[in-house]
Amino acid sequence: MSSSTVDLHPPDPHAPHGAHGDVAAVHDDPHHQHHFTTMEQQFDTSKIGMWLFLATEVLTFGGLFLGFGLMQNRYPREFVEAHEHLQRPLGALNTVVLLVSSFTMVLAVLAARTNQPKKTVRYLLMTIGCACIFLGVKYFEYSHKFEEGLLPGRFYSHQGDLIAGSHGYSTFFSFYFMMTGLHGIHILAGIGLLSWIAVRTSRGEFSNAYYTPVDLVGLFWHLVDLIWIYLFPLYYLIT
Amino acid sequence: MEHALTSGTRIGDRPRPVKNYLNETTTVWSWMSTLDHKRIGVMYLVGVLTAFLMGGVFALLVRLSLLNNKHMLFGKVWVTAETYNRFFTLHGAIMVFLFIIPAIPASLGNVVLPLMIGAKDVAFPRLNLASFYLWVIGAVMAISSMVIGAVDTGWTFYTPYSTTTDGAVGLMTMAVFVLGFSSIFTGLNFISTVHKLRAPGMGWFDMPLFIWGIYSTGVIQVLATPVLAITLVLLLLERVFQIGIFDSRIGGDPVLFQHFFWFYSHPAVYIMILPGMAIISELIPTFSRKTIFGYRAIAYSSVSLALLSFIVWGHHLFVAGQSELATVVFSALTFLVALPSGVKVFNWLSTMYKGNISFETPMLYAIAFIVLFTIGGLTGIFLGALSVDVHLTDTYFVVAHFHYVMMGGTVIAFLGGLHYWWPKITGRMYSEKWGRIATSLVFIGFNMTFFSQFIMGSRGMPRRYFNYLDQYQPIHAFSTYGSWVLGTGLFMTAIYLLASLKYGPLAPDNPWGGTTMEWQTSSPPISHNFEEQPVLEHEPYDYRPKTVTHA
Amino acid sequence: MSSHTEHALNPKAEARTYTLTLVVLLILTAITVGASYIQFGSLNVVIALGIATIKATLVALFFMHLRHDKPVNAVIACAGFLFLGIFLMFTFLDVDTRDPLQPVNLKAVAPAAAAPAATPAAAPAPAKE
Repeated sequence: MSSSTVDLHPPDPHAPHGAHGDVAAVHDDPHHQHHFTTMEQQFDTSKIGMWLFLATEVLTFGGLFLGFGLMQNRYPREFVEAHEHLQRPLGALNTVVLLVSSFTMVLAVLAARTNQPKKTVRYLLMTIGCACIFLGVKYFEYSHKFEEGLLPGRFYSHQGDLIAGSHGYSTFFSFYFMMTGLHGIHILAGIGLLSWIAVRTSRGEFSNAYYTPVDLVGLFWHLVDLIWIYLFPLYYLIT
Repeated sequence: MEHALTSGTRIGDRPRPVKNYLNETTTVWSWMSTLDHKRIGVMYLVGVLTAFLMGGVFALLVRLSLLNNKHMLFGKVWVTAETYNRFFTLHGAIMVFLFIIPAIPASLGNVVLPLMIGAKDVAFPRLNLASFYLWVIGAVMAISSMVIGAVDTGWTFYTPYSTTTDGAVGLMTMAVFVLGFSSIFTGLNFISTVHKLRAPGMGWFDMPLFIWGIYSTGVIQVLATPVLAITLVLLLLERVFQIGIFDSRIGGDPVLFQHFFWFYSHPAVYIMILPGMAIISELIPTFSRKTIFGYRAIAYSSVSLALLSFIVWGHHLFVAGQSELATVVFSALTFLVALPSGVKVFNWLSTMYKGNISFETPMLYAIAFIVLFTIGGLTGIFLGALSVDVHLTDTYFVVAHFHYVMMGGTVIAFLGGLHYWWPKITGRMYSEKWGRIATSLVFIGFNMTFFSQFIMGSRGMPRRYFNYLDQYQPIHAFSTYGSWVLGTGLFMTAIYLLASLKYGPLAPDNPWGGTTMEWQTSSPPISHNFEEQPVLEHEPYDYRPKTVTHA
Repeated sequence: MSSHTEHALNPKAEARTYTLTLVVLLILTAITVGASYIQFGSLNVVIALGIATIKATLVALFFMHLRHDKPVNAVIACAGFLFLGIFLMFTFLDVDTRDPLQPVNLKAVAPAAAAPAATPAAAPAPAKE
C-alpha cells in the first residue's frame, strides 16, 4: 500500500481534430472506445451498465426469495423442522469467508487504482481462495444432504419427518438447492471472472488510468456476497 | 415546405456521400460482426418482420379455423381442436416474444436513438450485437419447439397444464428465457446511452420525446424481465423435478405462477406500447409542423407509465382465486394507470389543433393510432372494473381489447415509424400512393377483424374456444373476412416497401422537415453518423418560422 | 479517473475505511448468529433480516463505493430493491388475505332421530377446493 497521497487525474483530452471530425481516430489509451469523448465518460457509463445488470440480479434472486417466503407461509412447521438439518456453524463460516473475500476484492480494486499490479493479483488470488473455501464448505454440506435423502422435489427420500407425507419438506429442499445452487453458479462465474482479471493484471493491462474491468468484476463479486448476506439468515438462522 | 419526393438532392443540401453505413463494407462477415448500431438495427428489422410474418400466418390460420363452427373448408374438416390450440399458442408466443417486445426498440430504436441524441453509437456496441444474437438463438429455439413437438398451453403457459403436459413446452420456455436476456441487454444499453451519450447542449428536457419513451421502456425491460426469467426456470424445474411450487397436487399454488408471470407480463405490455407512443410523439409535431403541446407532461407520462405499470398486474388474476382485498386494490390502481395515457392523447390532439397538417403515410398511421389506441385503452378501463370484468374475462372482449392496443396501437405506430424513418434507414422514398392505399386497407381490415370481436365477446363468446354456438358464426365469419383485408393491406405494404429499395427515388437528408437531429445527417447516414459532432442549438420541435440550416 | 478525481485519492484512508467496514460486518454477523439462539418468537425473523439489511447497506456503501459514486448508481440499486419490494408486498397481500380453504360457518349437526331415511342434505359437505 502506498504511503503517500496519490493525486490522480485522467490523461488530458487529446487533440480532437482528425479527418473524421471531432474525436480523433487514434487515442492515447488503447482502451478508449471511439464513441466516448473522454475516458471518464466511458468509465461512468460502464458503471451505470454494471449497476443496471446488478439490479436485474436482485430481481432474479428476489423472485426465489419470494417463492421461499410464500412456501414458508404454507408449511410453517415443516420448514422449521427442515431448517434443523442445516448446520449453522458451516453457514456462519461461509458468511465470514465471503465477507473477507469482499474485503480482499475491494483492496484489489484499490491496488489497481494505485498502479500496484502485483498487489492487485495477490488480493485477487486471495479472493479466489476464499471463493474456493466457500465452495468446499458447500460441497461438504451438499454431500450431507445427499446422504440423508434431503433432496429436491421428487427425489426427496428422507425418513423420520414429523409430519409424514407432507410436501413441505421436499419443497424446502427444492428451494434450498435452487437458491444455493444458483448462488453457487454465480460463485463459479465469479471465480472465472476473477481469474481472467488476474491474468490481465499480471500482463500489465491495468493502471490508474484504466482499471474498469477490475472495478466491474468487483461489483459483481460484492453482489454475490450481498445475496449470501440474505440467504444465510433465511436458511440457517430462522428456527 | 415542399417535399422533395422525386429528386435526391435539393439546393442547399450537402452532396450525397458515396459511402454510407449500408455500402461501406459489403461482406457477410462485416455484417455479422458489425458493431454499428444502424446495421444491428437493420438486422433486427429483418428478423422481427420475419417473425411478424410467421405470427401473422398463424393468426390467419386461427381465424380460418373459426370461419365456421364445423371447421370445414371446401366440404372437408381440416383442423382439430389440438391443432387449433397450437395455432393460437404459436401466434401469441411468436408475436409477443419474437416480434412485439423487441420490434420498435431493437430495430427502429437501434438505428434512430444514437442519431437523435447526436451520438456515434450506443453505450455498449458489443452488448448490442450480443442482444441480436440472443434474439436469433431464441428465435431458432422457439421455431424448433414448434417443429419438434406441440406447444398448446397458450402463450401464458398457465399451470398446472404447462407443468404436466407433454410436448415441447420445455424448449419453448428456454427459448423465451434466452429472448428475455436479449431484451434486458437492449434496455440496459439504451438506459446507459441516454444517460451518458447525449450531444453537448442536450439536457434531459431537450431530448426528443422518442428518447423519453425508449428510455422508459428500457427501465421496464431491466426491472421486469428478470422475474420472467426466474418464472420460466421455476416452471422448467417444476416440470422436471416436481419441486412443488405451482402444482397443487404436490403442495404448490397455481395462482403463484400467475403472480410471477404477470409481474413481468403486465409491465411487458408497456414495453410494447411505450415505444409506439414515443413514435407518435415524433410524427404528430412533424406532420402538423407545430411544436408538441405539453412536452414535459408527455415526458413525465412516459416515466410514470413505466413505474405505474408495475403495480397493476393483479388485474389479470381477478377471477383466478386472488383474494378480494388484493383484487379491489389492483382494480383501483388499474384506473390510475390510465391517466398518463390519456395525457398523451390529449396532448397529441392539442398539437394537431391549428397545425399545418399534411397526410403522408406516417401521419395517417399516427391518426389511426390515436383512434385505435383510444378504443383499446378505454376498453381496458372497462375490464379494470371488477363487476364488468367478471362477465367479460376470458371472452373475445379481452381479445379485442388487447389487439386494439397491441396491434391498433403498437403495430400501427411501428408501421408509422417505419415509413417515417424509411428514407433515413434505406436512403429511398417509398410510393406515397401505395402507402395510402395499404394504410386504408389495414385500417379497415383491422376494424372488421377486431371490432366484431368486441361484440362477440360482450355477447358471451369465450376466447381460445375451438367450438362455438351457431349464433356466433356470422360474427366469426365477418372477423375472418376482416383478417383477409388486413392481411392484404400488410402484404401490400411489404411489397411497395421492398420495391422502393430498388425503384424508389433517392431520399434527401430531411424529406419531412423534421427538427430532430437524425435529419441533420445524410439519408442513409455515414458509418460514424455525423461528419462533425452536432451540438443542440434549439428547443425540441422548434417549428417557429425561420430558415432551417444545416450545421 | 472518474468520480474519484474530484478528491485526491488517499489509499491509506480508503484501506482503513474498508478494514473498519469488515470489522463491523463481522461483529454484526456474530450478533445475528448469537441472536438466533435466543427465542424472540416472531421477532427472530425481523432481527435477522434487519441485521442482514444493515450488512447489505454497508457492503453497498463502502465496498461497492456507492458513497462516493455519482448518485445515479445508488438510484439504480435502490430501484432494484424497491421493485422487488413491490413484488413481495402485493403478492403477500393476496396470499395473506385469501379466504380459508375450509368454510368457517360449519355447524355441528345432531344425528337424525332414528329415521333410516335421514335427509342427506343435513350436513354441508366441506368444500374440496
